[in-house]
Amino acid sequence: MATDIIIHDKKDNVGVVVIEKITPKQDCSCWIMEDDSSTTIKSEDEIPLGHKIAMIDLNEGDTILKYGHDIGKVVKSIKKGEHVHVHNVKTKKW
Amino acid sequence: MEIPKSFLGYKRENGRAGTRNHVIILPVDDISNACAEAVANNIKGTIALPHSYGRLQFGADLELHFRTMIGTGSNPNVAAVIVIGIEPKWTKKIVDGIAKTGKPVEGFHIERTGDIGTIMKASKKAQEFSQWASEIQREECPISDLWISVKCGESDTTSGLASNPTVGNLMEKLEPLGVHLCFGETSELTGAEEVCATRGVTQEVSAKFMKTWSNYNDFILKEATDDLSESQPTAGNIAGGLTTIEEKAFGNFQKIGNLKFIDVLEPAEEPKKGPGLYFMDTSSAAAECVTLQAAGGFNIHLFPTGQGNIIGNPIEPVVKLTANPLTAKSMSEHVDCDVSKLLSREMNMSDAGDELIKTTLRVANGRLTCAEALGHREFVMTKLYRSA
Repeated sequence: MATDIIIHDKKDNVGVVVIEKITPKQDCSCWIMEDDSSTTIKSEDEIPLGHKIAMIDLNEGDTILKYGHDIGKVVKSIKKGEHVHVHNVKTKKW
Repeated sequence: MEIPKSFLGYKRENGRAGTRNHVIILPVDDISNACAEAVANNIKGTIALPHSYGRLQFGADLELHFRTMIGTGSNPNVAAVIVIGIEPKWTKKIVDGIAKTGKPVEGFHIERTGDIGTIMKASKKAQEFSQWASEIQREECPISDLWISVKCGESDTTSGLASNPTVGNLMEKLEPLGVHLCFGETSELTGAEEVCATRGVTQEVSAKFMKTWSNYNDFILKEATDDLSESQPTAGNIAGGLTTIEEKAFGNFQKIGNLKFIDVLEPAEEPKKGPGLYFMDTSSAAAECVTLQAAGGFNIHLFPTGQGNIIGNPIEPVVKLTANPLTAKSMSEHVDCDVSKLLSREMNMSDAGDELIKTTLRVANGRLTCAEALGHREFVMTKLYRSA
């Protein structure tokens, strides 16, 4: 089965879309690079290539994990399957 | 894949080897650009390296100017150098610095002669250098004569997923063969700085890295008027799906694979601790960073891009790779190595690393990069602060 989403690390709570786009209510197949395992998720939004999808529900103040590391904080709650980007996540630096 | 043990390069007087054979016309300062460009126009087989600075600089900023000038002239991709400045003293200082390599170098100053007389004298010498250099043949050189610098640009999430790890895979395969390697981009390691510091080969090197990063970050915080959301990540990064500087930093960091770095270099500083991976303190702006790495002596550059950065350098060939299938398709004239099949999992990371090694060696042997064919010659001096 083709891969729609790649997740770097098992700990990550976001994945990256690797096809041209995913559409709302699409059943997506995900590949986790770290341990070569697979999972699935149903998308809530249209998300373009390279953009991130939430793998779990996230609340304001939660930390986004990618590469197994902290890449920023949630500033607006995000539901599983929704688009994760500058509208709901901010840096903890600068 | 069995990695070739050699490439065809130009052997230089000081024992280094070049992947290119340039004769450069190097202006010491901004007001000597016209003269340098006139000479390069007169004499075929030469290139001028115009830039914006070199007057009234002082302190560490002036030292960096000289280090960049001398380092550029000393780079093994350069066969011979004409230096042109307004005044004799700084011109001579750069000539003397380059002369230590043993390569032909001659300086000219414009004061008391004017542009036209200087152009005539410098053109005669440039013709001699150009014809001399044209007879130098490529010879078999050990792969350890490759000094490879890396920097990514117009990154997106495909950079961290695929094209940057491809560079990391190449590094892991080439480091044991005695290659010099260099990464930089101090500001774009922000968020991953502590993880990066753990890759110092000793505690001392790790501490040196943290001090370098902190100095740069303190400077950014001092000058910042907002949260830098217009600058880092860039609009291109955000369009490509990168949300924060931390995310960009962890993607950036994939370029060094699992290697440790053996030293932290000043901008444009030549490595002195033998083969292996070095970190150089640089800006994250592509042309500034590559110019500094070329001045440090690196003779071939690998540049992963996501959204499609188009940078080149006048003396150090810049090999571009991308894993973004849209970029590979829509900007194919800029892409030397397409690893977009990593995303569709039709290619694995080791295969991608091998592809990049093959491309790198073809370019080292003389194949023009996309940026060279398209005439990209971005030569951008780093200026630390205002002139006196």
